[in-house]
Amino acid sequence: MSFYDEYLRYKDFDIDEFNKRITDIDVERLLGKRNLNELDFLTLLSPRAESFLEDMAHISHSLTVQHFGKTILMYTPMYLANYCTNECIYCGFNKTNKLKRNQLSLEEVELEAKLISSKGIKHILILTGDARDISSVKYIRDCVLILKKYFHSISIEIYALEQDEYKSLIDAGVDSITIYQETYNEELYDTLHLSGPKKDYRFRLDAPERASKANIRNVNVGALLGLDDFQREAFLTGLHAKYIEEKFPNVDVSISMPRIRPSVGGFEPKIVVSDKNLVQFILASRLYINRAGITISTREDAEFRNNVISLGVTKMSADSNTSVGGHTHDDSETDTAQFDISDTRDLFEMCEDIKSLGYQPVLKDWDILD
Amino acid sequence: MTDQLIIGGKTLPSRLFVGTGKYSSNDLIPEILKSSNASVITVALRRVNLDADSENILKFIPKGVQLLPNTSGARNAEEAIRIARLSRALGCGDWIKIEIINDNKYLLPDGYETIKATEILVKEGFTVLPYMSPDLSVARSLESVGASTVMPLGSPIGTNRGLETKELIRIIIEEIKIPVIVDAGIGKPSDACEAMEMGAAACLLNTAIASSNDPVLMAKAFGAAVSAGRTAYLAGLGERVKKAQASSPLTGFLNE
Repeated sequence: MSFYDEYLRYKDFDIDEFNKRITDIDVERLLGKRNLNELDFLTLLSPRAESFLEDMAHISHSLTVQHFGKTILMYTPMYLANYCTNECIYCGFNKTNKLKRNQLSLEEVELEAKLISSKGIKHILILTGDARDISSVKYIRDCVLILKKYFHSISIEIYALEQDEYKSLIDAGVDSITIYQETYNEELYDTLHLSGPKKDYRFRLDAPERASKANIRNVNVGALLGLDDFQREAFLTGLHAKYIEEKFPNVDVSISMPRIRPSVGGFEPKIVVSDKNLVQFILASRLYINRAGITISTREDAEFRNNVISLGVTKMSADSNTSVGGHTHDDSETDTAQFDISDTRDLFEMCEDIKSLGYQPVLKDWDILD
Repeated sequence: MTDQLIIGGKTLPSRLFVGTGKYSSNDLIPEILKSSNASVITVALRRVNLDADSENILKFIPKGVQLLPNTSGARNAEEAIRIARLSRALGCGDWIKIEIINDNKYLLPDGYETIKATEILVKEGFTVLPYMSPDLSVARSLESVGASTVMPLGSPIGTNRGLETKELIRIIIEEIKIPVIVDAGIGKPSDACEAMEMGAAACLLNTAIASSNDPVLMAKAFGAAVSAGRTAYLAGLGERVKKAQASSPLTGFLNE
């Protein structure tokens, strides 16, 4: 059993036909329901449910305050390397893109870690491209051993690993994994990933499960919004999160909702995912999986992020820079970026905004247990 | 008449315990403690950040209030023990609330692992307050390995559903000699009052205060409710008549 079997159940499901049959009463009925099933979730993601966003927002807000309090967990991404052997047509790290390639030395990792942690952030997300020979598991592990001196929580957003490789990083101090399926549409996936190890849809799809088997604490799934039909991608992302929650009750599951941003290579998204769509995704996810973390990154602009704080979001990045070594180098040298960010506020500005909205920015919410 | 709650050799001035995790700002903590008259405050050690004063929850807790660090995030006894030791090493004292959860969907505690952790930490000199599902045999085991209290849940954490496990808690109160503190699920002051009327030694709550529109005022209401419930318990509630008054007595013939 894998999430692939769940995917197959809905692969040919006719969402348009399903949507046509949804009435206002169907949506209203769900607003008072305690445990929503898969098709309830799909209903809340439907165009019909768009007229109920305000009602959904109130429910989502109160569920979120109930389960997470008025708090937002803050983290910062740190790019270790951008070497890549994949050809993903939407990504700035695509191996065919002319991009300055770099990988931080362990000394540089320490410098970045010192600088970032000195600002107060204690949760770090480390990222690499997919180049096993250069950004090896051993290299990443060595970085983790340095980072744990400066941070209380370490997340990885790297290429898909085998279970024992996840275990070696978890043993070193990693507690969370973020891995986006990009698109759950298997055929489309094949056309977007022209070559490289990432072309293996199943291996990536099962990565969160392998990490869970290796006893990771937090799993964060997502689809890159703009590649395929919004409702289908949001639905399958939620099902994926639910699958992990059901199968691994000791794993905290989170959902990310990244919309495609401009990057080197100039990929134009096929589908426009509106602000309204994204809000609907946040609200439906909260109603479907009450305890799921919901992450909104600096791909979104400051105004939008401020607006969604009270809707169900629980985690936000700050001080982001998608370049390798971007925290210690000035902007003129950051031609190594994966994509352009929208929210350029620093940690202090973000925390002030969060406080002014009546929420507490949380900079530390874990201790690495050695 | 003296009515004192003594835990770990310490006399506590009130029977309300509060949390810290869900407030919009740590500035609320001293105000909530003041308005509720709570005597104990629990803090997730994972949130204790000694690196920055403005972030350090401990700085917001006035002297005189008993700190109760908790092992939130622990998935088994081993992790809870490590967190407890870390707590002591950081200067957070010897009190520890054991919270071991490996079910993130319902946040229900693992009784077996809780007993294991309690036994070891008691031997290490901790004052152990374990969070538990209201299960009499788990409560007995915790008592026998030296727990200072047992803390059964009223309903799952954060649900505000009140005393859904009332009958099971009542049994624990009847059978267990150490203080029984109702922890989690209390949604309304009347829930807390009811727990105290039943003979609970204290109540611990966070969400019901934190999710209120006016947490400081709600904290005051809970302080009053806990106090009223305790007073009612001491006074002795009038027994409700459970027997039917049959118009044709079944044993009337004995008097004929």
